[in-house]
Amino acid sequence: MAGGLFSTERGRTVALVTPPFIYALLLLALPLGAIILFSFWQKDGYDVVPTFTLENYRAFLDGEVYQVLLGRSLKVSAIVTVITVILAYPIAYFISFRVPNNRKSLWLFLITIPFWTSYLVRVFLWKVILGYNGVINSGLLQIGLIDEPLTFILYSVNSVIITLAHAFAPFAILPIFVALEKIDRSLLEAAQDLGENRVTTFLRVTLPLSMPGLMAAILIVFIPTIGDYVTPELMGGSGGKLIANMIQTQFLQLNNAPLGAALAIIAMLCVTLISLLLIFLNRRWLRV
Amino acid sequence: MTADDRSALIELRAVHKWYGDYHALRGIDLKIRSGEFFSLLGPSGCGKTTLLRTIAGFEPISDGVMYLDGRNVAGVAPNHRPTNMVFQSYAIFPHLSVAENVGFGLRRDKRSKEEKARAVGEALEMVGLAGYGARPSHALSGGQRQRVALARALILKPKVLLLDEPLSALDKKMREQMQVELMKLQREVGITFILVTHDQEEALVMSDRIAVMFEGEIGQLGDPESLYRRPNSARVAEFIGMMNFLPGSVSGTTVEMPGLGRAEVAAEQLTSGSFTGPARIGIRPETLSLLFDGEPDRGRVAPGMVDEVVYYGDMTYYDVRLDGVPEPVRISMKNLIGRPVLDVGTPCRVTWDEQALVVLPAA
Repeated sequence: MAGGLFSTERGRTVALVTPPFIYALLLLALPLGAIILFSFWQKDGYDVVPTFTLENYRAFLDGEVYQVLLGRSLKVSAIVTVITVILAYPIAYFISFRVPNNRKSLWLFLITIPFWTSYLVRVFLWKVILGYNGVINSGLLQIGLIDEPLTFILYSVNSVIITLAHAFAPFAILPIFVALEKIDRSLLEAAQDLGENRVTTFLRVTLPLSMPGLMAAILIVFIPTIGDYVTPELMGGSGGKLIANMIQTQFLQLNNAPLGAALAIIAMLCVTLISLLLIFLNRRWLRV
Repeated sequence: MTADDRSALIELRAVHKWYGDYHALRGIDLKIRSGEFFSLLGPSGCGKTTLLRTIAGFEPISDGVMYLDGRNVAGVAPNHRPTNMVFQSYAIFPHLSVAENVGFGLRRDKRSKEEKARAVGEALEMVGLAGYGARPSHALSGGQRQRVALARALILKPKVLLLDEPLSALDKKMREQMQVELMKLQREVGITFILVTHDQEEALVMSDRIAVMFEGEIGQLGDPESLYRRPNSARVAEFIGMMNFLPGSVSGTTVEMPGLGRAEVAAEQLTSGSFTGPARIGIRPETLSLLFDGEPDRGRVAPGMVDEVVYYGDMTYYDVRLDGVPEPVRISMKNLIGRPVLDVGTPCRVTWDEQALVVLPAA
């Protein structure tokens, strides 16, 4: 027993696995378990009573406002994801295929620079750009293209979408870039050699081979946007609130943690289902 | 127009390629005949792969003219050239099965699905991979990947098949086996093969003709035997096989060598043209022989001493110091029954033949 814990293969395995296990337990499993538990408990005045109930879930099924908010959340997330990924792909493609190798890290670095500032600051900057007297409106007014400020770009779902799409851009660019970088360039030459032009080479080789990165980008953007409440709070106005704002309201303003927890669980289940569906479709049709 | 011109499938005239300041191809003139197994041989960086890629259309040429099958191919993209390529990395599409890889180029083909599937099956059979169609391509070994790459290119029945160091990633046994298979395949399909290689043995074994390239130029062009027997420069001689060089001089066709004496050679043995003055006289190790007891000399005998012995089993390489020759010469001897392996320091006699000499001007 000279070596103690590290003397056996099993001991080493346990020693290696323990710290991340404790980490996962404390930071992931415990909060999640607490939320699940809360969602089945009762609210009594300002307190939460540990009595089992399905009342919170029933409230969701009966409350049209929750369903509307969740539906809007899913819709906004889907639109943000599509916009972000469609805009990110050409950028990632350009860096991977057109920028010389020794400049690539510089380009990636430049792309991440705006994200050194706080998320909150960036949201407020979008207010400056999109606002009633913002850069866009005053600019368009100055050159006489519009007579009065555009209102559809601020305090609406649209402004939420614009802000979120910008916020998540690098998270979409990076995985797509990595997937494109991994593509052996001789495969593209081979496709051309076998009769394909640039466009068909892209469709038959580059795009399918970059699908893992594309999927990662879609999930990385889609999942956190559902839970984002800062942007809709600040940019959404009254019509642009999302399910996360309702969860926040339930927890912090209405002191109804059980209902907030139930809403959180339902939103999470939606995300899980959609993600699984995407992964399944990807496996089934693209075999990557 | 001579018969030779008519059968030239590929013709390059004064082809140059610049990469910025770097002159990769320096005036290549070349005709490759239809049905030929042609090799571009040279050390790395000599421009052989660049030349292949200009023929495939991946690199535009900077100057000169290139005809493929009678057509000037300036500005013609790879997908519109009658060439197909086997890449050094094989470039097998990882997201497609073996059959999908082989059938990749058939998309524009007008044939029915069934006919295409049959063509894919036949192509796989031709390269010895019958029944592998459904396998995922990432599960293939190196040799199998190469066969898939071959089938994928040959199924399109190109006029020219371009092979970029196709055997360099394989182990020695596999490489030798594939050399023979490639030769057989080429004879079977009758397609012109252009092989890029840095392996002189591979080029000698497989090719009808070889262009030896150095620094963007063709050093010598010829069939394997003439390249080996009559190299026109010291670098060709040293790149293909092993060559002893003795200092000497030449006057007309009379060669004078210290230690070995005077010899008469044929005009063709002055492979870079006739000249008078100091010369480098090349002689291959296997054309020099140690004289063992009872073996006939070839009329010429020089005394020497064994300086180094390298035993290879079937062969023994001797470095022998000849009287009057500054550097030891290398001699390769078959280990026939009854022939002893000499020890270092043994006095010996060396016989040689003036027909084996190659006479080049001294550098």
